[in-house]
Amino acid sequence: MRRLRLVALAVAGTAALLLSGCASSTPTGTASSTTTTPAGSPSSSSLVSTGTLTVFAAASLKSTFTTLGEQFEKAHAGVDVTFSFAGSSDLATQIQNGAPADVFASADQANMTKVVDAGLTAAAPVPFATNVLTIVTPPGNPKGVATFADLAESGTALVVCAPQVPCGAATERVEKATGVTLTPVSEESSVTDVLTKVESGEADAGLVYVTDARGAAGKVTEVTFPESSGAVNTYPIAPLSGAAQPELAKDFAAYVAGPDGRAVLQAAGFGAP
Amino acid sequence: MLRSGQQRSAQQRAGLPGWAFAPAALGAAFVVLPLVAVVVKVDWAAFPALVTSDASLAALRLSLVTASCSTAVCLLLGVPLALVLARCSFPGLRLLRSLVLVPLVLPPVVGGIALLYTFGRQGLLGSSLEVLGLRIAFSTAAVVIAQAFVAMPFLVLSLEGALRGRGTRYEQVAATLGASPSIVLRRVTLPLVLPGLASGTVLAFARSLGEFGATLTFAGSLQGVTRTLPLEVYLQRESDARGAVALSLVLVVVAVVVIVVTRGRRTEGV
Repeated sequence: MRRLRLVALAVAGTAALLLSGCASSTPTGTASSTTTTPAGSPSSSSLVSTGTLTVFAAASLKSTFTTLGEQFEKAHAGVDVTFSFAGSSDLATQIQNGAPADVFASADQANMTKVVDAGLTAAAPVPFATNVLTIVTPPGNPKGVATFADLAESGTALVVCAPQVPCGAATERVEKATGVTLTPVSEESSVTDVLTKVESGEADAGLVYVTDARGAAGKVTEVTFPESSGAVNTYPIAPLSGAAQPELAKDFAAYVAGPDGRAVLQAAGFGAP
Repeated sequence: MLRSGQQRSAQQRAGLPGWAFAPAALGAAFVVLPLVAVVVKVDWAAFPALVTSDASLAALRLSLVTASCSTAVCLLLGVPLALVLARCSFPGLRLLRSLVLVPLVLPPVVGGIALLYTFGRQGLLGSSLEVLGLRIAFSTAAVVIAQAFVAMPFLVLSLEGALRGRGTRYEQVAATLGASPSIVLRRVTLPLVLPGLASGTVLAFARSLGEFGATLTFAGSLQGVTRTLPLEVYLQRESDARGAVALSLVLVVVAVVVIVVTRGRRTEGV
């Protein structure tokens, strides 16, 4: 009898733990997320909003958005900004499947369009940054890569993004524009995978975003090429209709697209939209 | 009152308390439901086209070839290793056994990093291999290495278990009758543990087929060279979810076949 009760207790306890563990990742679960908006201040309502804001952002935005999140928290007492950084198409799929996100920042228009078409955005997406490709090599550029055409040389182990992901789509556009056919040794699923293969010295050269190259300064050598302007990726941001914090979500999107966001993004190498 | 009644009837049925059945059913559903979800999600009209696309066929072919090669590597190195672990005793044996089983519990991506710093260009062995003109990274060989690394413990574990379970009685008799150690191994030991060896081989093959993390980290991803089925699924998911689901179903079917084969062996063998 006693043992049975103990087991039942353990089962119930485990189940409760599991459930609470799952719930803690969703901002909707926080009971303190009540937005007390005084009638007097409609636009600056964010100043009195508290709670957790969940931002789904492209992997290439990791360092800039982490900084922006901290600044936003400082400017909005009681607000906690949490991020999920991943490939844009992953995030778009997650949002379409009901992931609890308040804001979506995509590395390309195509994935934002998926979310817009599904009717999941609360406002029209705003472009807030642009990014172009650059060549990275291991420190010192041992193979002496100087131009985009050099990447096609047979002795150079080149790693690029697969055409299915935004950075790979940009790589394909540059290939088409220049008429150079690349023969990479690997087509990675994310830009960070390309970067790590160059950093570790496995690859002789890789094509990544300018911002990734800046972020890895010292670990890789950057070789810019003029043809990169033929494939500019534009990053849009939008608050989501399913947001637990609709006002905060709008404020954060405006903050990123505004002067504060611009300053941080520019410092990291992002271009103006 | 109700509880004791249920308990009694449950004990009559299976010797189990009644309350165990609800969580057991939940546990079974937890495992089976996601598999059902894959089947339900498959776009059957497009299925033949999706699994026979160039990319899918290249991935399927590469997966079968690399998994066969890595299973062969596992057999060549894993069988002697299991024999040593099961039949010898020397200081450090227990430590060695634990170390050999590490890839079993290691996150595959960690295995990939470890392999990169072993066979990579700037790894422990990589620079020597480079001198010999051998380039492992981004080659099909890298895929085989990654698969063999994660699959070998499965073979070693099941073969060692079988060897220990059998004991050494027959081998001792054979030896006293004048059989050399090689003949004892070939004519007595291995035939006795054949069921264990077979299920270990199938498990190693299956694990090789499913390898993802170490391959992605260590070998890269290029159609026909290093992009195996799981990597193809991962990539197709980015652009064509239907293709990813169709290929997932192929892998689910392979997994089911493997389980049926190994379970069948186990019940009739040991």
